[in-house]
Amino acid sequence: MLYREAGDFKTNYAADQQTFPIKSERWLFWAFMAFAFFVVPFFIDDYWNKAVLMPLLIYAMAALGLNILTGYCGQVSLGTGGFMAVGAYAAYKLMTSFPGMDMFSVVILSGAVTAGVGILFGLPSLRIKGFYLAVATLAAQFFLVWMFNKFAWFYNYSASGQITAPERSIFGIAVTGPSTAPWATYLFALSILFVFAWVARNLTRGRLGRSWMAIRDMDIAAEIIGVSPLKAKLSAFAISSFYVGMAGAMFFANYLGSIEVTEAFGIEKSFLVLFMVIIGGLGSILGSFLGAAFLVLLPVLLKNIMVGYLGWPTDLAAHFQIMMVGALIVIFLIAEPHGMAQLWRLAKEKLRLWPFPY
Amino acid sequence: MSIKKLAIAGAMAAMMGAAPAMAEMVFPSLSYRTGPYAPNGIPFADGYADYFTLLNERDGGIGGVAAKVLECETGYNTEKGVECYESTKGQGALVYQPLSTGITYQLIPKASADGIPVHSMGYGRTSAANGKVFEWVFNYPATYWDGASIAVNHIMDLEGGSLSGKKISLVFHNSAYGKEPIRTLEELGKKHGFTFTAIPVDHPGQEQKSQWLQIRRDRPDYVLMWGWGVMNSVAIQEAANIRFPMDRFIGIWWSGSENDVLPAGDGANGYKALALANPGGDYPIYADLKQHVYDTGKAAGDGSNAGTVLYNRGMYAALLAAEAAKKAQEIHSTAEITPAMMRDGMEALNIDAALMSSLGLPDFGPEFSVSCANHGGSGIGKVQQWDTSSKKWTVITDWISADRSVIDPLIAEDADAYAAENSITPRGC
Repeated sequence: MLYREAGDFKTNYAADQQTFPIKSERWLFWAFMAFAFFVVPFFIDDYWNKAVLMPLLIYAMAALGLNILTGYCGQVSLGTGGFMAVGAYAAYKLMTSFPGMDMFSVVILSGAVTAGVGILFGLPSLRIKGFYLAVATLAAQFFLVWMFNKFAWFYNYSASGQITAPERSIFGIAVTGPSTAPWATYLFALSILFVFAWVARNLTRGRLGRSWMAIRDMDIAAEIIGVSPLKAKLSAFAISSFYVGMAGAMFFANYLGSIEVTEAFGIEKSFLVLFMVIIGGLGSILGSFLGAAFLVLLPVLLKNIMVGYLGWPTDLAAHFQIMMVGALIVIFLIAEPHGMAQLWRLAKEKLRLWPFPY
Repeated sequence: MSIKKLAIAGAMAAMMGAAPAMAEMVFPSLSYRTGPYAPNGIPFADGYADYFTLLNERDGGIGGVAAKVLECETGYNTEKGVECYESTKGQGALVYQPLSTGITYQLIPKASADGIPVHSMGYGRTSAANGKVFEWVFNYPATYWDGASIAVNHIMDLEGGSLSGKKISLVFHNSAYGKEPIRTLEELGKKHGFTFTAIPVDHPGQEQKSQWLQIRRDRPDYVLMWGWGVMNSVAIQEAANIRFPMDRFIGIWWSGSENDVLPAGDGANGYKALALANPGGDYPIYADLKQHVYDTGKAAGDGSNAGTVLYNRGMYAALLAAEAAKKAQEIHSTAEITPAMMRDGMEALNIDAALMSSLGLPDFGPEFSVSCANHGGSGIGKVQQWDTSSKKWTVITDWISADRSVIDPLIAEDADAYAAENSITPRGC
C-alpha cells in the first residue's frame, strides 16, 4: 500500500535495470539527497559538522571501502586503520609538496596511492584465505602505523610527529584548515561520497562486482567458470583501499585537521570499521551507510541524552554508553545477523504487503 | 532509522545549545575518567572542579560572577576531544584545558580561529611559549623542553657538573607528547657530550618488557621518562624488576603522581620525578576546601584524591585560570568577560609569592609572569622523590632553571616554522 510496484511499468531495459526500480523508493532517495545537498548546508553549524556529519560521511566512505573487500569479495581485512593512515599521510605529503593542488585532486590521488599499497598487501590473499588472511592484513595494520612513526620524512621532520593540514581550497573556498565554514567541508565530503557511492553501487552490479561475489561465494567454482582470482582479488583490494584511502585523507584533512598516527589509526579503527560493515550488512551499499550511522551517531546521541539532558556524571555516562553500544551490537546480531540492510529489506517487504502482511 | 536518530540528536543539541550562558563564567574541563589514562585524568579533573566549587561557595564566584565547570569526557581520544570542543564552545567557554597533547595540537589552529584561549599547562606544543606566533595559546608555567633541560641540569648537579661520556635514555610514550623532548635532549647531548637514546613505548603502554630489556643491555647511567596513564606504573614496575637504580630514573611532571608509584610497592622507593609545584595537602587552602566543598558534599568525583600530586595540579590550573579571569575583569573593568578579554587577562598574569599566600597556597608554585612575547612562564621546576615508607613525595631540590641558551633558539625555530606553514605574521611585541 504505502510502497508498491503496481502501476509502475517499465518499457525499456534501462528503466528495468536502474538502481532504484521502484518509483517510491526513487522518490525517497532523491528527496533525501536533495535534503542533504540543498537543505542541510543552510542549517549546519560547527557542532553538527564536526561532531556528527563529518565523522558520519567519512566513516561511511571507509565502511563502503571495506564492504567492497569483505562484503563483496569475502576477504576479511583488519588493516583498514593502516590503509586510512596511508591515505592521510599521502594527503599530507601532497598538500605540503604541491601547495597549489586543489583538494579534490589531493583526496583522489591519496586514494590512488592507498590503492597501490592495498594491492601490495593484497598479494598474500592469492595464497592464504579466511582467518589466515585476516592475520596477514593485521600485519599491514601494524607495519604501516610503525612505518609512519619511524620515518620522519612522512611527517616532514616535525618535532612531535603530528601532521597538521594547511589551508587548502576549492574554487576559492577553504575546505581544510581552521577557518573553514561548516557547510564547505560538509558539501565537499558529501559530494565525494555521493559520487563514489554511485560508482561503488554500479561496480558491484557489473562484471567486476559479479566476479567478486563469485570469488566470495565459492572461489574454486568461480575459477572453474573462468573468473580469474588474481584479477578479482587484487582489484577488490585496490578499489577497497582506494575508498579507505580517500576516507583517511578526508579524516585527516577535512575532519580532524591534525593527527598522530598511533592514536588516530590504531587497531581500534580497523575494528570499528569492520563492526560498521558487519552491523550495517555485509555486501550492501546501503548497509555501509547504516552501519556507519549506527556506530557514529549512537554514542553521540547517548552522550547528549545522558550528560546534556539527564545531567549524569561524565564517567558514568561514558561507561554506560560503552555497555549500551556493546549490548545493542550483540542484540542486533542475534536478532538480525544480516545487518541493518536486511532489516530495511524486510521492512520494505512488509510495507509492500501492508495492511495485510503475512 | 538514522533519520529519526538524527532528529532526536538534533533536539538534544538544540536543547544544549539553547541554555543561555548569562552571568556565568564557563570553564570547560575536557577530562577523562575512563580508559587507560583515567588513573591520571581523574585526580586532575577533580582538582579543577573543586577549586571552582570553592570559589563559588566561599567567594560567590570570581568577581561576583559564578564559575561553571562544563565537564566533557574525552577518554584521551582526539575525535571525542573535537566533539567536546564543539559542544562546549558555544556556551561561552573562556579557556580550554585539553589535558592531552594530541588534543592540544588539534585545538591550537581551531581555537585561534575561533578566538578562544587554550591553556596547556606544562604540556602541549612547546613552541606555543612564543606568544608572538601563538596569540591564543599559553603553556605557562613551564614547557616540556624546560622539563627536559631541568632533568639534565639535575643530573649534572648529581654528576658534579660534567656529563661527558654518560649515557641517558628516554622512555617515551610514542605520541606527540612523548616525542616533544627528543629534539631538546639531542641538542643537550651535543652540548654536554652525553649519549642519548630514545626508546618508544606504544599506546597504551601496558607492555614494556622489550624496552626494559634494551635498557638492561645498554646500561644507561640515567633513564628519563615521558609517560602518562598506565604506562607510568608499568615502567616503574619494570624498572624495579630489572633492578635499575631508582634514584637514576627521573620522570617528567606527568609521570610523578601517587597512582604511578603505588602499584610498584617497595620497588618504587627513590624514584624521582619533576614537579611543577609542590606535592601534598599541607596548605591553608585545604581547610577552606574541607569547610566549603568536602563537608558540604560538593566534592567532584569520589573525593579520594585531595592532596595528591595531580589533584594539586588540577587545582593549580584552575587557580591560574581564575586569576587570569580576575585580571581580565580588572583590565576591562567588567565582571562578565569574553574569551578575548580572558586572553588579555592570561597575557597580563603575574603570579608572585604574596599572591599565592593570599590564595592559601604559600610557596606552592613558581613565581612567574606572562607577557605578549612569552607565554611559557618562568620555565623552572623542582625534583621530587618518592618515599615508600611514608608513601609521600618529598621535594629534594630548590627551583632548577632550564638552559635558556638551548631552548629559546629551538622555540624560535619551531614557532617560525609554524608561522611560515600557516602564513601567520608574528605580532610585534
